[in-house]
This record gives sequence, structure tokens and C-alpha cells, in this order.
Amino acid sequence: MDLILSAARIVIATAGDVLPIVLFIFGFYVLVIREPLPHLGRIATGLVFVVIGLGLFLVGLEQSLFPLGRLMAEQLTAPEFLGTNPVADAAAYSWQSFIWVYVFAVAIGFSTTIAEPALLAVAIKANEVSGGAISVWGLRVAVAIGAAFGVGLGCYRLVSGLPLHYFIMAGYVAVIIQTIWAPKLIIALAYDSGGVTTSTVTVPLITALGLGLAEALPGRNALLDGFGLVAFTCLFPIIAVLGYAQLSALRATLTRKRKSITDDPGKLRSLEEN
Amino acid sequence: MRSFLTDFWHHARGSIRDLAPIILVIGTFQFLVFGQPMSGAISLVVGGVIVVLGLTFFIYGLELALFPIGETIAHALARKGSAAMVLIFAFLLGFGTTMAEPSLTAIAREASAVAASAGAIVDTDESRSRYVLGLRLTVAFSVGFALVLGVLRIIFAWSLPVMIISGYILVILVTAVAPDDIVGIAYDSGGVTTSTVTVPLVTALGIGLASSLRDRNPMTDGFGLIAFASLTPMVFVMIYGGVIQWI
Repeated sequence: MDLILSAARIVIATAGDVLPIVLFIFGFYVLVIREPLPHLGRIATGLVFVVIGLGLFLVGLEQSLFPLGRLMAEQLTAPEFLGTNPVADAAAYSWQSFIWVYVFAVAIGFSTTIAEPALLAVAIKANEVSGGAISVWGLRVAVAIGAAFGVGLGCYRLVSGLPLHYFIMAGYVAVIIQTIWAPKLIIALAYDSGGVTTSTVTVPLITALGLGLAEALPGRNALLDGFGLVAFTCLFPIIAVLGYAQLSALRATLTRKRKSITDDPGKLRSLEEN
Repeated sequence: MRSFLTDFWHHARGSIRDLAPIILVIGTFQFLVFGQPMSGAISLVVGGVIVVLGLTFFIYGLELALFPIGETIAHALARKGSAAMVLIFAFLLGFGTTMAEPSLTAIAREASAVAASAGAIVDTDESRSRYVLGLRLTVAFSVGFALVLGVLRIIFAWSLPVMIISGYILVILVTAVAPDDIVGIAYDSGGVTTSTVTVPLVTALGIGLASSLRDRNPMTDGFGLIAFASLTPMVFVMIYGGVIQWI
């Protein structure tokens, strides 16, 4: 019964979040474009599905995965689990004390990104627009690998206490260098994939992880140092997607080269003699 | 009805596959690291089923409503041939969806606590809620601005890498002069602005626009709007933090 009540409450709250957007779009359509909106019935059904779907999605997460994920973030950073108490005894810990935190950060970064609906939406669109050249799963896995690395590195930064902007700047330099050599087709999509990673599923869990870590460390202010993980999770997918495209392009070039060598027996013989 | 059910089952199978990694990670940690069995297994299973249902409905609605709306509007606006109208729409869409974004409100509240403890603002409820509203307006304005910039880029075929890299340089320059307290919040606010409902709408808008203009490739020109929307809030929030502190 409680579940049904809370489900209804969250679905209504989601409707409240989506309603202004819907009103604005319909208002704009009626007042500015002044044309009847095609397939009105289908669109209305779809919007109801979006609201119910997003609402249920959040209810289910609150019911099952979020409490456990948050609890784990707390347990992993608790002194009893670490075996030392960093806050009381600053000399007794090093960055290796948090090895399980990094493993958890990487695993949770990867798995929450795969489940992110916004990323799925962009991947479906990219697959459609590229005529199937970009596979939905390929893009999602590349983004998830980037996000996993980002969350892991972000946790290491929290533990080491190094300034946030050093890492972000290094990431920017990597993006700039990759942009020069990356296939032109992928660049816009890669830049977009940073922003879509951090949404409904990822943000609550990694924020809990960041706050737990900042509380467990000496001399850190949970409010101040807990920030920054989202920024890491946004940046590294760009690098991962650009890298994935570069690797695919490289492999295609190598295959073509090898083929041209095997097609030409004289060239092959001269290679074998060397 | 039959085809609807097969279709639904097809989507639901995809949702189960999407959620399997999280369940695997949390389950493995629970067993191996903590050595505890999953507590409250029933509520976990119920929750999991609800999540799968929700994701399935959402993806369904995405293809029925969110994508078509974004593209229909882009095509209709391109047909009207008024660039000003497209820009106004883009700004209002960015501004409106960001103001309505719950995770931005959450992060703005935490930011006001940071600002109060750092002494940048007076620690009263009134000044804190003013700070929260100011921050939300700043981020909403910067997302609206970002979409205007992104649409202008699609219309005039400006180079995306040049614009984004200039944005990066701007972020670095502003970081150098911004107060330290605001940097983490500013960097994170770039990521939280683009929500699950906004992303499909904005993506469809960009692709619809690029495919209805001549000589534009939806793949290289249609994407990129989200990139602007996650970059500009960083700059604007740092400036906001600086202005608040210096006044």
C-alpha cells in the first residue's frame, strides 16, 4: 500500500516536472506556428507513457537500487570497513586504503551509465541518423567506459586532495588533441555524449559516493569537496567516444593496408624476405 | 493489440538487459565485499520489476512523442523560414526546462549552504533562498543562451570544435579568477542541467533543423546542442559566484 502511494506521488511529481515543458511546446505551436500538430493522439499517448515511465522508473530505483547503492557508498567509506580511521589518525591512511572505493566507483559508473535513459535516447537517434554505422550498444559501452574511468579518477582526486581544475584542464587538452585526428563524423556526437551521461540514475549514486568519501577523509568539507564527481563523469566519455572512433578508423585503415599487401604477391614476397 | 504486446515485450527485454549491470554490481559487492546476503530481497525484486516497466514505458513514449515533437517543430520552423523564431524557441526551451529541473534545485540548495559557510552570503533563510533563485536563473539563462548559440551554429555552419575549444579556454580563464568555493559547483552544474526529458527534445530539434536546411548533414551538424548546454553553465556560474562575492 505504501508502495502504491509513493508510486502515485512520484508519478504526479514527474507529471508536474514535465507539464510546463509540454504546455510551453503546445502553446508555442498554437500561437506561433499556427498549424495543427500532426498525429496529436499519438503524441498525447506518448507523453502519458513518458510521464508514467519516468515516474515508475524513479519509484523502482528508490525502492530497490538507490538505498542499497547509497548504503554501500557509506559502508565502503566507514572507518570499520577501512580498518583505520583516517579522520582520527591522518598518518594511518594512504590512497591505497580506499582500493574498494575505486573498484566500486568504476563498476557503478559503468553500470549506471548503461541504464541511463537519456544516453539510450541519444544512441537510438545516432544509430538512426548514421544509417546504422554507429551501433546503439557500441556508443553506450564507449560512453560507459569513459564514465567509469571518470568516476574512478574523481574518487582518487577526492582522496588525494589535488585541485579539481588540474584534472579538468588535462582532460580538455586530451579532447583538443583527439579532435584534431578524430573522424569528423563523430566529433559532434562525442561532445554531446558528455552531457547526457549524468542524469536520473548516475547523479544520485555518484553524489552519495562523493559525499561519503568527503566525510570519511580528514580535513575535507563534505559540502565543498563532495562536488566535482559529476564534472569528471561528463568529461571522460568525450575522450572515450573520440578514442573509440579513432580506434575503429585505425583498424579500418590497417585492414585495407593488409588487404592491399595480400592482393599484391610481389609486395608480400618482399615482406617475407625481410 | 497482439503486435503492441510483442513490441512491448521486445522493449521490456531491452530494459532488463540495460539494468542487469547495476544489479550485478550491487549484488556482487553485497556478497563478496560485505559478505551479507541481499537484505529485503522481495522489495528488491518488486523494485526491479517496476524499474523495468518504467524504462520500457519511457522508451515507448520517447519514440511516440518526444522525438516527433522536437523534429516536427524544427521542420515547421524551418518551413516558416524565420531564424528569429527558431532562436526564440531555442532560448525558451533551454530556459524553461532548466528552471523546471529538480536536480538543479537540489544542487543549488547545497551550493547556498557552501556559500553561507564560506561567508560569501549572510547565513539567513532569506538570503540563501535568494542565492538559490539567482543560481537557478543563471544556469537557466546560460542553457537558453547555449541553445541559441548551438542553433546559430547549425544555421551558419560554424565550426563546432573551434567553438567548443574556445569554450574550454574560457572555462580555464574564468577558473583562474573565480573564488575557489564556487569552482566545484560550477563544474558540476554543467552536467546536471540536461535531464532525461530535455535531452531527447533538444537532440531531435538539432537533427530536425539540420535535416531541413540545405547542405547540412544531420550527423555532423545536428548533434552538438547538448555540448553547448553542458559547457556554458560552468562559465556563467563561476561569474555569478564571483559577482556575489565581490559585491
